Amino acid sequence: MRRTTIRVLGWLTVLALLLGLVWGFGVAPREVTQGNVQRIMYLHVPSAIVGEYVGFGVLFLASIAYLLTRSERADRLARASAEVAVVLLAITIVSGSIWGKPTWGTWWTWDARLTTVTILFVMGLAYLLLRGMIEDGERAARFGAVLGILAPLNVPLVHFSVYWWRTLHQPPSLLKPGPSMISGDAIKDALYINLAAFVLLYAYLVATRVRLLRREVEALA
Amino acid sequence: MSFGRRAYVVLWKDVLIECRSKEALNALVFFSLLLLFLFQFALGGDRDHLTAALPGLLWLGFILAGLLALGRSFLIERENDCWEGLLLAPGDKSAIYLGKLAGNLLLMFAVEALVLLLFVVFFNVDVAGVLPALVAVIGLGTVGLAALGTLFAGMTAHVRARELLFPVLVLPLQVPLLLGTVRATEAVLSREGLAAVGHWLALLGAADVIFLVAGFLTFEFILEG
Repeated sequence: MRRTTIRVLGWLTVLALLLGLVWGFGVAPREVTQGNVQRIMYLHVPSAIVGEYVGFGVLFLASIAYLLTRSERADRLARASAEVAVVLLAITIVSGSIWGKPTWGTWWTWDARLTTVTILFVMGLAYLLLRGMIEDGERAARFGAVLGILAPLNVPLVHFSVYWWRTLHQPPSLLKPGPSMISGDAIKDALYINLAAFVLLYAYLVATRVRLLRREVEALA
Repeated sequence: MSFGRRAYVVLWKDVLIECRSKEALNALVFFSLLLLFLFQFALGGDRDHLTAALPGLLWLGFILAGLLALGRSFLIERENDCWEGLLLAPGDKSAIYLGKLAGNLLLMFAVEALVLLLFVVFFNVDVAGVLPALVAVIGLGTVGLAALGTLFAGMTAHVRARELLFPVLVLPLQVPLLLGTVRATEAVLSREGLAAVGHWLALLGAADVIFLVAGFLTFEFILEG
């Protein structure tokens, strides 16, 4: 992507995030049962959705594209997407933890969705570790692509196994996960605006990282 | 040479080397024995305590032994230019994956049989009447684990921090296998029957298929070195 395009994307991201903040704190009403704590949702849910689906989805497709075409652009996209996805999943876990303390009474519980996201996060870390430990760029790209295909393929398996694991042992009675409290329209709007802002943020970070990776190669060449 | 024949040659070579050197098997037998000691010491002598944790312990034992067994499966190819030999072998490279996988499976099954025997003797696990079901569960879990392990062993054979990276890659990806096999083993040992965990067996089967297919399709990219 051209430098000016990235810059425009960056400013759009800033605008969208600001709009999301205004909507999340100003327009959306205080949630009835949870109070202001519920506003963490506007950070938690968008980062989870974008990190999990967009981040790992792009990693998966770009990895396949790399193995088929051996295009370095596809590899840079895969790597950048994995890096941003790991950051977003870290935000998801930390914000979820902060949200869980006042609502569930605990920082951490082995709830199905929490565990799934955490395993995804660990797989993302493993991908970054693998890339970091191999000096040869071409080999790192090739091995990374294999893991970049396997890890997203594993997501449905992780999802079902963790879900059954939890529900068989301890059906969710008090600790009901997730945003079950979406009631008002303003709350929904705030969530959608923040979701759009996070998609932009993801695109901006990935574009910047891809450009940086390309410049690194050019500088060393 | 046909696909099956080429896979068989790789398997035969690995089995022959192992039969002559007994390098992996000897170490793994000793390691399994040590694991058993560790479990016993770490958890104390309380019977009820142990019984509840047995399926998990059994699979922890399998996985730890498996990490050792699988992680070294490509190291032997690095000597005497064997890797180049594999690369130069004509035809589809997935035959080499299949051969390596089969060799790893044989080794894993041998070690698992021993670990299971040790559990029966030392922890009083009662397997009478449920052995076929238990073998089926162990088989389903081991195929998936070996499929992942063989692929990543090929990948990490060239990496400096191999011993570190191999478990870091295998462990997160095998989580569904571990959850499924532990639950199914629990059902078998508590005489619930396999019907109660049919969905888990389906998940294990699906995981085996996914890992095997992914291994077959991507192995040629790993063999490039």
